[in-house]
Amino acid sequence: MPSRWPRRAALTALALIPLVFLAVFFVLPVGGMVLRGLHPDGSWALGDTWSVLSRPPERQALWFTLWIAVLGTALTTALGVPVAYVLYRLRLPGRRVLRGIVVTPFVLPTVVVGVAFRTLLVQSGPLGFLNIDASWVAILLALVFFNLAVVVRTVGAVWEGLDPRAEESAAALGASPWQVFRTVTLPALRPSIISAASVVFLFCATAFGVVLILGGTRYSTIETQIYLLTTNLLDLRSAAVLSIVQLLAVVVLLWGAEIARSRKQRTTVTAGRGGLRAVRFSDAIPLALTGLVVLFVVAPLATLVVRSLQIDGVWTLDNYRHLASDGADNALLVPVWQALDNSWRIAIDATAMAVVLGVIVSVLVTRRGSTRHTRGLLTALDGAFMLPLGISAVTVGFGFLITLNHPPLDLRSSPILIPIAQALVALPLVVRTLAPALRSTDERQRQAAAALGASPLRAMVTVDLPVVWRPLLAATGFALAVSLGEFGATSFLAQPDHPTLPVVIYALIGHPGAVNFGMALAGSVVLAGMTALVMGLVERLHVTSMGAF
Amino acid sequence: MRATHLIALGAVAAVSLTGCSLSSTTSTNDPTSTGTGSATAPTNKTVTLVTHDSWVAPKSLLAKFTAQTGYVVKVSSSGDAGQVANQLVLTKGSPVGDVTFGIDNTFATRVTDAGVLDDYSPALPDGASAYALKGAAAKQLTPIDFSDVCVNVDNAWFNKHKLQPPTSLDDLTKPAYKNLFVTPGAATSSPGMAFLLSTISKYGTSGWQGYWKKLMANGTKVTSGWSDAWNVDYTAGGGKGDRPIILSYNSDPTTTVKGDKSSTSALLNTCFQSVEYAGVIKGAKNPAGAKAFVRFMLGSAFQKALPPNMYVFPVDKRVPLPADWKTFAKIPAKPWSVPPAEISKNRATWLQQWQDVTAG
Repeated sequence: MPSRWPRRAALTALALIPLVFLAVFFVLPVGGMVLRGLHPDGSWALGDTWSVLSRPPERQALWFTLWIAVLGTALTTALGVPVAYVLYRLRLPGRRVLRGIVVTPFVLPTVVVGVAFRTLLVQSGPLGFLNIDASWVAILLALVFFNLAVVVRTVGAVWEGLDPRAEESAAALGASPWQVFRTVTLPALRPSIISAASVVFLFCATAFGVVLILGGTRYSTIETQIYLLTTNLLDLRSAAVLSIVQLLAVVVLLWGAEIARSRKQRTTVTAGRGGLRAVRFSDAIPLALTGLVVLFVVAPLATLVVRSLQIDGVWTLDNYRHLASDGADNALLVPVWQALDNSWRIAIDATAMAVVLGVIVSVLVTRRGSTRHTRGLLTALDGAFMLPLGISAVTVGFGFLITLNHPPLDLRSSPILIPIAQALVALPLVVRTLAPALRSTDERQRQAAAALGASPLRAMVTVDLPVVWRPLLAATGFALAVSLGEFGATSFLAQPDHPTLPVVIYALIGHPGAVNFGMALAGSVVLAGMTALVMGLVERLHVTSMGAF
Repeated sequence: MRATHLIALGAVAAVSLTGCSLSSTTSTNDPTSTGTGSATAPTNKTVTLVTHDSWVAPKSLLAKFTAQTGYVVKVSSSGDAGQVANQLVLTKGSPVGDVTFGIDNTFATRVTDAGVLDDYSPALPDGASAYALKGAAAKQLTPIDFSDVCVNVDNAWFNKHKLQPPTSLDDLTKPAYKNLFVTPGAATSSPGMAFLLSTISKYGTSGWQGYWKKLMANGTKVTSGWSDAWNVDYTAGGGKGDRPIILSYNSDPTTTVKGDKSSTSALLNTCFQSVEYAGVIKGAKNPAGAKAFVRFMLGSAFQKALPPNMYVFPVDKRVPLPADWKTFAKIPAKPWSVPPAEISKNRATWLQQWQDVTAG
């Protein structure tokens, strides 16, 4: 078939856009830092390089990272799936508000959440009796708190769109609710669960602020160790070794996830309207779990809100009024509202980049490769865009400084780098939300459309879009949230006269004085509240408005 | 046909990609909103300052510099002093700026040893030479400000609990003060590192680990950063913590003033003095502007703005301090000190030993 070649060329051209993006803004800077560590002054300095991994602090960090990330992922997934069911499948009053509450932690600055958690957990705090301040339990709980949104939304978006008829017929044929779930629902959700879990694992394994603030200084992870080695000790060689370990771990993880995902025959989802159903008695267990989870999420948030509304124990709105000022003693160069404006501009740019690139990547990686070779290539492509989640922001940040310094890539002081760095983090989330949905589309429908004379684009709009629009909106909301809450890379790149809101919140919390602390809390509440609202609105956009796509 | 569709999709994607990025460029370079207007100023009129996150200077102050010299300052800030130092070392040969501020005495020799700064030593104001570095490093780094990292006590809490507050480092290991002290950690916080250096200076390279063992046995809480020690644990900080003794700065009593009294005080025999320096970056695009900015930082307008903006003391003795600083921010006569070259040489070892002692 001669027509295959131009099509393949077009696909390759399409693939080049995200690949070049990844190469320039991720591979180049990270490669630059690793090379600087292992190949300083123009010659390889390998020597006893790998002995870095046998030093006690590094070994402890590796071990701790591994088990806290496994535990964090397991707990987050185990709690997230039932919550996704309750919030996206049941006709539960107030479900939209609850969906919003569950995602807010995702954008909160870690330093603020750290303070909120620790306020609850210190000896004199309301949960002081648990005696888990500065322990790994506190770290674990915070990891679940932050990442629950990933599981609930990724799985929820697919669950919401599941055609209930398959479940209904299984039930009609006499299957118990548990059997229906295990044999019909779970296989359909499987790709999204694995997707979400692998993202959560990467977030847990690279968690930074959470580990530092909640673990005191007793625990270190690969990420905190890289930070210490890079910013404090300037031991780039050891940092490079740890970065390579991080990369290898991500590759192994993705490979494992891919095996798990493709182990069973794919189940297909008919592009149904999905649908909510009434709450039944058999939903008691997931409902109870959801209740607990909501409580767990609300407690630190409530602490934040309450403290933001108080100054020296007196109720007041002054913290919010102060947001228009420069902080006590000029702690800030710009008022908080202006930082919020910057945050939005940057977030919109970052989201646009992440969604456009994410759609391209998702469309590509969900194609059925005709040969083993192409299938392998597509899987590798899929994995490549996950890598930025597994690499330390400090490595990428310093990497930008040492590699993007020649024309035409002299971008070090360019404001474009901020949305680009954020898009790198948001892109994998977009892909992980979209790809499972695209994969679960019945290939026969596309074939039928093609047989009826539809062009691939037309087939995409009529077959894929109805299945994908919910996940696409979820992905957009996610990208916005990631960008609005991102701190690690942003703090590296943001200029003091153009800070984002999280950067300002860190500046405020780093200055003594009750006014600044109050403003930091108020700013966090504004950031979280607004993000939840906007994510909610984005989700409510209807498919008709996407028809112009 | 199919191919053209896909290419069209790719083209749309590419166009929208560049389009949206540009919107951010234009918005951030809008001179009316920045006040610095770096995009409109000719390159040789821009001075780029490389500094840390704690840099705070009012726009009016930088406008004064522009009025005096014609140069416009563009600030590039990230991380702490260590991050700035490492950034300078890593970008040797293609620096991101012209002048640097914020390298302290704990990182000074890392920068001067790496040869990333030009020699420049302007005339110092009265009293500033006391803070200058020794030897070759002094030619590259000019002292601008200093501050003391000291143990602070919440006297109000001690009064309420009818307890004498501690008065020395030794006191912190006494049973009377069990579970009352919080300090940021040395590995993750600059004041934490300064405190470690105080103890190394006082107890010697052979004795400090023993002191820290006793400190930890007495229930000392080590947090990762200054902000959560202050906002969560300290009784006189942002929240209502349960520890009345904190490792912080000697200027902190100025933030706890009520009426004409401060409810907290710094223990002046526990302090480590941190000095911040400025220098001209080697390979600067605008070396003349960089030198002018170093001189400006030594001038009285900038020196006077240091205490209220960055919570540090001016090196110029003649510059008047704010009224509450005169009363409540006491300067130790003899702070603890460790020679900068020693710190550079032993930083990794000391931090490792410190982590071993505190993790136990």
